[in-house]
Amino acid sequence: MRLLSNTATLFGKELRTEFRSRELLTTTIVFILIVIVLFSFTFDPTASESRRFGPGLLWLAFLFAASLMLQPCFLREQTNDTLAALRLAVSDPFAIFLAKLAANTLFLLFTELVMLPVFAILYNVPILGVFPQLLLVFFLGSLGVSVSGTALSAISAQARMREMLLPLLLLPMLTPVLVASAQVTVGLLNRSPFVEWKGIGFLVVFDVVFLTALWLFGEYLLEE
Amino acid sequence: MKRYAFCGTLVVLLVSAAAYCSLLLAPTESTMGSIQRIFYLHVSSAWTGLTSFFVAFLANIMYVYRREPRWDWLGTSAVEVGVVFTSVVLVTGPIWAHPVWGIWWTWDARLTSTFILWLLYISYLLLRTLVEEPERKALFSALFGIFAFIDVPLVFGSIRWWRTQHPQPVVMGGSGSGLNPVMWKVLFFSWFAMVTLMILLTWSRYRLEAMRGDLDTVRREAEVS
Repeated sequence: MRLLSNTATLFGKELRTEFRSRELLTTTIVFILIVIVLFSFTFDPTASESRRFGPGLLWLAFLFAASLMLQPCFLREQTNDTLAALRLAVSDPFAIFLAKLAANTLFLLFTELVMLPVFAILYNVPILGVFPQLLLVFFLGSLGVSVSGTALSAISAQARMREMLLPLLLLPMLTPVLVASAQVTVGLLNRSPFVEWKGIGFLVVFDVVFLTALWLFGEYLLEE
Repeated sequence: MKRYAFCGTLVVLLVSAAAYCSLLLAPTESTMGSIQRIFYLHVSSAWTGLTSFFVAFLANIMYVYRREPRWDWLGTSAVEVGVVFTSVVLVTGPIWAHPVWGIWWTWDARLTSTFILWLLYISYLLLRTLVEEPERKALFSALFGIFAFIDVPLVFGSIRWWRTQHPQPVVMGGSGSGLNPVMWKVLFFSWFAMVTLMILLTWSRYRLEAMRGDLDTVRREAEVS
């Protein structure tokens, strides 16, 4: 119970910090927009081509954006010297991770949902009919990205060249999320849409595995 | 030192014997011809690379719980050796594939996951160069090593389910696959030789890392006093 109340308080703190400046959300949205527009020059985005390549590039844009967006997550605590205070404030350090990854999932999901209509319009793919299913994939994918990304940003925050290091550590690790989410999205954007449950199940497994690993090893990531 | 030289000679003999067996003793494969002989180097290096990463994974877990520098030394040595063996796999693969499949590379499950595995451990080695403080470096790389190793089966599963377009694996590939008994023996012997090579390399790398660690401690003490 303590864990949940601690997490809720810290989650509130993460949201307040972000919504005071809204820096992270605006820059991430603009970044995804730029990537989506630039990708259109690499192939001819007709409706049928977009159905084939669109989901992959959309997820690639999300992953790149996430590897930049997760950067300040622990760096902010580091520069303000607040990590030690945070650790003293909670009984279980896992609460810090839970709060941060919940906030990151929410931020990622928000930017994805803002960018989805833009993608649909620019690449001529209808999304209205499959919106609930897309929301599910986006949620599971973003959760997977946030769980591993939050853990790795705690590492990269304490290294040199940290801006380069986080994408290097995170992107190869996210290969399973990229493959599974892109496959499910391809199915959903198909002319006759279908849900690839195997992919959904796979994403759930990825999320559970990495959440467990974070629960087991997370506290060591926060050692001074 | 004497023991080391003895073991080194033994490993050189074993590896040469494995080379002899795979180049001359093993029967020539009926469809692929002599190029198939690269299989003994390729597959045994792949298995040895994985063995090495598994050793590193165990050492990483031990470090996180025990915090003894020797586990960190073992972890990083095993990862470096694993990366070397995996590089051999990635180089010999295309050399074998080109004459047989007519292409250098295909995005099949095992090729792609080996590549991702290699990238993950290259990132591990990079991470070690970018964290200054020795204890933090040891802890963070151990934790990253654990996450990376957990990720490997997921990478393999995802690619195998959605991206594969490749002939059945020859070894443990289900019905229709199989090897001539002599080929099996040569393969296992090559693997054994490679594992002894892996142990020798990890051992010497470990000694170097231990010396480096000691030097670092002495240097820090000198700086403090």
